[in-house]
Amino acid sequence: MPCARRYALTLQSRFIVSEKVLMSGNHVIGEAAVRAGCRFYAGYPITPQNELTEYMAGAMARLKDGIFIQAESEIAAINMVIGASMAGCRAMTSSSGPGISLKQEGISFLSAQELPAVIVNCMRGGPGLGNIAPSQGDYFQATRGGGHGDYRNIVLAPASGQELADMTMRAFDYADEYRTPVMILQDGMMGQMMEPVIFPEPVDLKKLPAKPWILDGADGRPSRVIKSLLLDPDVEEELNWKLARKYEDITNKIQNAETYMTSDARLIVIAYGTAARIAKGAVKRVRDLGYKVGLFRPTTLYPFPKRLLVDLRENAKDLLVFEMSTGQMVEDVRLSMEGSSNIHFYGRPGGIISTPYEIAEKIKEVYKNIC
Amino acid sequence: MAKKIFSRPKYLKKAVFHYCPGCGHSIVHRLVAEVIEELDIGGITIGVPPAGCAVLAYDYFDVDIAEAAHGRGAAVATGLKRVLPDRIVFTYQGDGDISAIGTAETIHAANRGEKITALFINNSVYGMTGGQMAPTTILGQNTTTTPGGREVKRDGWPLNLSEMLGLTNGSVYIERTAVNSPKNIMHTKKAIKKAFKVQMANLGFSLVEILSPCPTNWKMSPVNACKWVEESMMNVFPLKVIKDDVGEI
Repeated sequence: MPCARRYALTLQSRFIVSEKVLMSGNHVIGEAAVRAGCRFYAGYPITPQNELTEYMAGAMARLKDGIFIQAESEIAAINMVIGASMAGCRAMTSSSGPGISLKQEGISFLSAQELPAVIVNCMRGGPGLGNIAPSQGDYFQATRGGGHGDYRNIVLAPASGQELADMTMRAFDYADEYRTPVMILQDGMMGQMMEPVIFPEPVDLKKLPAKPWILDGADGRPSRVIKSLLLDPDVEEELNWKLARKYEDITNKIQNAETYMTSDARLIVIAYGTAARIAKGAVKRVRDLGYKVGLFRPTTLYPFPKRLLVDLRENAKDLLVFEMSTGQMVEDVRLSMEGSSNIHFYGRPGGIISTPYEIAEKIKEVYKNIC
Repeated sequence: MAKKIFSRPKYLKKAVFHYCPGCGHSIVHRLVAEVIEELDIGGITIGVPPAGCAVLAYDYFDVDIAEAAHGRGAAVATGLKRVLPDRIVFTYQGDGDISAIGTAETIHAANRGEKITALFINNSVYGMTGGQMAPTTILGQNTTTTPGGREVKRDGWPLNLSEMLGLTNGSVYIERTAVNSPKNIMHTKKAIKKAFKVQMANLGFSLVEILSPCPTNWKMSPVNACKWVEESMMNVFPLKVIKDDVGEI
């Protein structure tokens, strides 16, 4: 049976496992990246994602064509990823809040130069130095571009170990297909949590589509330039609209969300990532008590799953957005619904991890006021 | 029949340089293009220009060109070279690009012994942005952000990056030259050629710092600018081999 045995790389040893592996989130991302064909990783230590950097150090060393660099800063790391991407390699970097802030110039350049790359943000308390506890305070930074200029990045929001595996692999495909950076927005809890995961089969690097735009020396062809300096405003405008059309295409094709018990819900909780895990527990609790509550869980934050959310407009007049922040995704919910729903918000920023009980109590409070 | 003995180098595109009359970039571009042709590496070379006057280098060098953000050339070059170790990757950077905003990336690429070649065009000023102080602006030198001349108390000392890089084990060849006279230009070409050959032999990080006149921002004639390189810059940035673990190559 071909699927019965799987090799999983760990820091200390290689072990044969059955189909299901128990692995912590940061390690899952690393293993999935390797299976997706990532052969270049540059990163810098920052808590709570160091396990991913360390995993990549081990994994890239074991692969004959793997490249790992512990860079001198997050700025250097993103620029190394730019170089690797220009050379045609599937490349990744990862960090947490302060380091992702440092990478914004590089992400703007990747977007303008239409280069594929995967960037993992393991969100922690902020702003500033913050803390190392999980939060969702980087939503705006991730979904609004984050750096300078008119661009957006694909932002994926896993909520489990399995989704970390699946979405990491998908991220590399999206990055290559759309020639754009893709951000995986996870958090300090998800990165540490150990869950059972079934990894997809590794990608055959030889079967990946060719990249006819890379820089690898102009032998036998005209020389190429990858740049973003467009001094003529007419030309720059053209690029901006080209990117906008690309983002529209992405929006139409890949927006996604999970719905849970929404078909007869009077109130729908909206949350992503770890907040959604907590919220799901809360929804189950209140359902047991007879409340008609559901959960809408975006799995793409850019593009925001507006189409799927608007579909719920008919039955659920009230939405309760729960975020581990002071309220960022709630703005996208408001924009999507355009006034056709009552939108309530509950937030716990700073690295606080709510319990399902706490969220259940909030749901009950909102529910009682609306019924 | 007249014999052609001098023409545009193969690896310079048919474009008119935008550089100011008397600027060293025009000279260095030609030297680099000649070296690439003589070493027959044009088909496997990738250049990484700076933010600065030479940001438009992609209009001139007929090789693959990777634009980098200001100062990040050494990091972008690192990514390219690690993925494509058998290609020749060079950066072409001004003094601000390489030793102000790019200090960390440059030192660490050198320290890691990245097998890239860095060309450091030192004209002691920020040219493109209109003549502000650079790390290599010398004491007493007037710039738009050092009114009255650079002074230690307000502006600190000029920075000798090449000497600092000489302390890194990963650097195997570092030399400082100039293009303010025919003799110095010939020597600069030799140094550039050696730096590329160091990379071709996979020996380590190589860098050539080239003192270059900037008549426009120094507010001098090109002739006086060449003199100023000799009489003022070289006191702070002496022409010398800073590191050579390579010897004849």
